[in-house]
Amino acid sequence: MIARRSPGDFVAAALLFVLLALPPYASLAGNPFLLSVFTRIVILAIAAASLNLLMGYGGMVSFGHAAYIGVGGYVVGILAKEGISSGFVQWPLALAVSALFALAVGALSLRTRGVYFIMITLAFAQMIYYVAVGLARYGGDDGLTIYRRSQFGALIDLSNKTAFYYLCLALLAGCTYLIWRLVNSRFGMVIQGARSNDRRMHSIGFPTFRYRLTCFVISGTLCGLAGALLANHTDFVSPAMMHWTRSGDLIVMVVLGGMGTIFGPLIGTVTLLTLEEALPALISLGARPFMGREAARAGEYWQIVLGPLLLLVVLYARGGIAGLLTGPRRA
Amino acid sequence: MPEALLEAEGLTKRFGGVVASDAIVLAVLPGELHAVIGPNGAGKTSLIGQLAGEIVPDAGHIRFAGRDITALPVWRRSTLGLARSFQITSLFADFTVLDNVALAVQAHVGHSFRFWDKARCAAELRDPAHAALSRVGLGSRAGVIVASLSHGEHRLLEIAMALATRPHMLLLDEPMAGMGPEESARMVGLLRELKRDVTILLIEHDMEAVFALADRITVLVYGRVIATAEPEAIRANAEVRQAYLGDGGLGTGHA
Repeated sequence: MIARRSPGDFVAAALLFVLLALPPYASLAGNPFLLSVFTRIVILAIAAASLNLLMGYGGMVSFGHAAYIGVGGYVVGILAKEGISSGFVQWPLALAVSALFALAVGALSLRTRGVYFIMITLAFAQMIYYVAVGLARYGGDDGLTIYRRSQFGALIDLSNKTAFYYLCLALLAGCTYLIWRLVNSRFGMVIQGARSNDRRMHSIGFPTFRYRLTCFVISGTLCGLAGALLANHTDFVSPAMMHWTRSGDLIVMVVLGGMGTIFGPLIGTVTLLTLEEALPALISLGARPFMGREAARAGEYWQIVLGPLLLLVVLYARGGIAGLLTGPRRA
Repeated sequence: MPEALLEAEGLTKRFGGVVASDAIVLAVLPGELHAVIGPNGAGKTSLIGQLAGEIVPDAGHIRFAGRDITALPVWRRSTLGLARSFQITSLFADFTVLDNVALAVQAHVGHSFRFWDKARCAAELRDPAHAALSRVGLGSRAGVIVASLSHGEHRLLEIAMALATRPHMLLLDEPMAGMGPEESARMVGLLRELKRDVTILLIEHDMEAVFALADRITVLVYGRVIATAEPEAIRANAEVRQAYLGDGGLGTGHA
């Protein structure tokens, strides 16, 4: 926890370089799909970072974090549909509604512990999922197409894919820095103390509930930002983006990358999403000598490879990939 | 008789059919070291739990510094100056020793809705923490991760954390549990020094330590107070001898 140069920092620096250099590379390689994949990665890394603040540092395992992506996205989508395209209205509102939703969920769920906490956060996420399904005016089950991305006047044009990518990257950097400051501040010490030993925190004089709730709201708000970005990226919002399996994906990203580490969520998101893209192709390739033309179908079963991989990380690298890189540091 | 700093009156707690505290009356005077002894299952830890606020009594009142604290939550009692240490060591294992104590300091220097400046660079937190550590003799261990401390050092750290909250009164739950003779002697020395500044309620099995330290002793048997008096009077008390010390534990060291 003490700042120290470690191999993990170099990996993070290398990753940052790759992320910075990606748009020129994608355009040189003539591969716009690559830019789109990485925009998605960067956006989901913000969501994963927000979950890491809550789960990794605060010890609060939210199994409904995709709900905030959905809330942030739907605020943008609904406003766009109603003819309000200004990003100066859409984005602050997306953050504010996510924060309010997190406040309501946190105020109730933080009264419980362990499995009950996980179940309540999941229940709230399912509730908001079905609310979205029921929004007939906004596409219901089919979702809602956004015809006009958020408008920021002359400031930035989000339909420019490169500009949008760099905006997402800058926001990821900003969120990461914010979280780093947070977890090292007095507030962060309280949050981590409560994760480690909540009873002891009370006995030394901390009313931890209010701090944990604040952490919950900050996390939900940052995740709502990821939602607003994702809606602009896909030009589309649908209930699927807050399906509970999406919340599961976020947890996997955080655990895979390394809970309670600053760059873990980013590493986890990059790893999971690149595996998602690369594994099917790799498997088809590997299966070709045995299955001939049928090999392409083998690629559909990529999760058979991903599953054991995750298992290995959870069993043998408790600090995730970031933990492997820094070596054992936590007691 | 001066007014008590901590006072329990008719404190009663039942767990199912077991009466853990049976109308306990207890008065700890300012400046004294007051020990509570009793055989296993006498309800000593339940008593400290109620005084600290973790266990809600079924009946009775607790007053601290002239104020009824029966209904106050744990953290409020801490901010009023009532600190406790735990029988089962209860620390933040993945923090350093200094971090642990600094966190205890932090709880008492205003709210912690401070999101930006690094807590580990705040002299306001670090200096008093260092002071508390030196006081218990752990000054040289400040940078060590708590999980790698010895058992005896854990107990000392417990005390340092309680001290760091600048308490008027310490509730110590078996600070010498599991300690070797040498560590126990060190703890006795520390407590003897602390009792000059802080009022202490001590629960302890180590009779030698109790009789060496205590100004007054309360004997608890099956949740009931059977005697409160000076050590010599307790030693001579027939009821106490029969109920508790009959097995020859008195004055022979570890009970």
